[in-house]
Amino acid sequence: MKTEVSGWEPKIVAFLCNWCSYAGADLAGVSRFQYPANVRVIRVPCSGRINPFFILACLQHGADGVLVSGCHPGDCHYLSGNYSARRKFALLKRLLEYAGLEKGRVEFSWVSASEGGRFAEVIAKVTEMVKALGPARKLVKK
Amino acid sequence: MPDLSAKIREVVQKMLREQEVELVIGFEQGSMPLHSTPCFIRNEEDAQRLVWNSFCDNNLAKYLVKRPEKVAIVAKGCDTRAIVELIKEKQVPRDQVVIIGIPCQGMVDRRRIEAELELNEILEYEEQDNKLTLKGDGFTKTVNRDEYLYPCCQACPHKNPTTYDILIGDMVAEQAPDQYPDIAEFEAKPPEERWQYISGEVNKCIRCYACRNACPLCYCKECFVDKTHPQWIGKTTDTNDTFIFHLMRAFHLAGRCVECGACERACPMEVDIRKLNRKLAADVKELFGYEAGTSLDQIAPLATFRPDDPEEFMLGV
Repeated sequence: MKTEVSGWEPKIVAFLCNWCSYAGADLAGVSRFQYPANVRVIRVPCSGRINPFFILACLQHGADGVLVSGCHPGDCHYLSGNYSARRKFALLKRLLEYAGLEKGRVEFSWVSASEGGRFAEVIAKVTEMVKALGPARKLVKK
Repeated sequence: MPDLSAKIREVVQKMLREQEVELVIGFEQGSMPLHSTPCFIRNEEDAQRLVWNSFCDNNLAKYLVKRPEKVAIVAKGCDTRAIVELIKEKQVPRDQVVIIGIPCQGMVDRRRIEAELELNEILEYEEQDNKLTLKGDGFTKTVNRDEYLYPCCQACPHKNPTTYDILIGDMVAEQAPDQYPDIAEFEAKPPEERWQYISGEVNKCIRCYACRNACPLCYCKECFVDKTHPQWIGKTTDTNDTFIFHLMRAFHLAGRCVECGACERACPMEVDIRKLNRKLAADVKELFGYEAGTSLDQIAPLATFRPDDPEEFMLGV
């Protein structure tokens, strides 16, 4: 069991949209903002590209947490990708928590290209939540 | 429940005689008592086979997709809801289907009758108003049909057809809108208990996909469970695979599930499938004000958006 290993660090997958959140992460780096090194970033064209399977596959195959981040409402490069995504995410998050998955394993946020500081804060918060929950146990492929 | 069989036959015969449609989908008596089975009628004489009783539980909308000919379909409330969704999803052209709407008084759960009454094999039955008389070797028992309805029929707020071309029978009184009390009650339990319950349910699953095959809204050419490139979920019956299968099966029906209960009736392992489907239906109603299959005009909830959609679930920093 992973819990028995001292100094456990969570693995968090962050799906960032190409136009806002990924650029926000880039800005955080360029600006030398510090944030926990627990995230593995996957760049996607738009938060609307996220298939719920991406999230479940991450949890099944070793991620302790998943973050999806896109452009703020109204800022989507494709005009409405994030609006459509928001409806999907609302239902998915509720469904997962209803089924008993811990609150905080799967999170969604908006980060724009100019919010490097906010990106660092979001990652810090997600990492802190996942650390408090401990390693993923549910849905994990044995 | 009034016997509408004669009336249905009459209407169907006329339709076939006048070549208004080529095919009629309805119910006929099954090979065993307490079973009615879908049937496909193409000529006038065969229309005599059509029946209507308390066991017409299949959702016939399942048979409408990819029909080359013009079809008439015998449809109760939930069937018409499924047809509405199929029309909206452009799977069934509206002008290619004649809906023979029938107000429904709920269908009877034969599994429950057999289990709860502990009778020997039922060989015959008769139905009059809301009384069911069951006969077998050395016994005759009369029960009230309304006490043995399927769970989905008990809470059903759309017993009457939501859309139809021909109506047979009188409209029945509708119940109050479903407030999903069972879902609220389940949600009030601690997360770990919910996890244990659903894990237990999905653990029964043998991945036969009968639920998918029976669902009137599952018509994808290639289902996600059959996909191998990429293979989204493993093919095993391990809890993590079956759990993800059931989550995603339900999610694919978000805002589309008409709660006909076909999945649960088809399930050989009696998995509590509707526990997930009803949660999504409740959320879609609460968040987006949409109820599947009730209107031909309202856009499907996941095909549209409002700029002010709720987003209190998003991470605030």
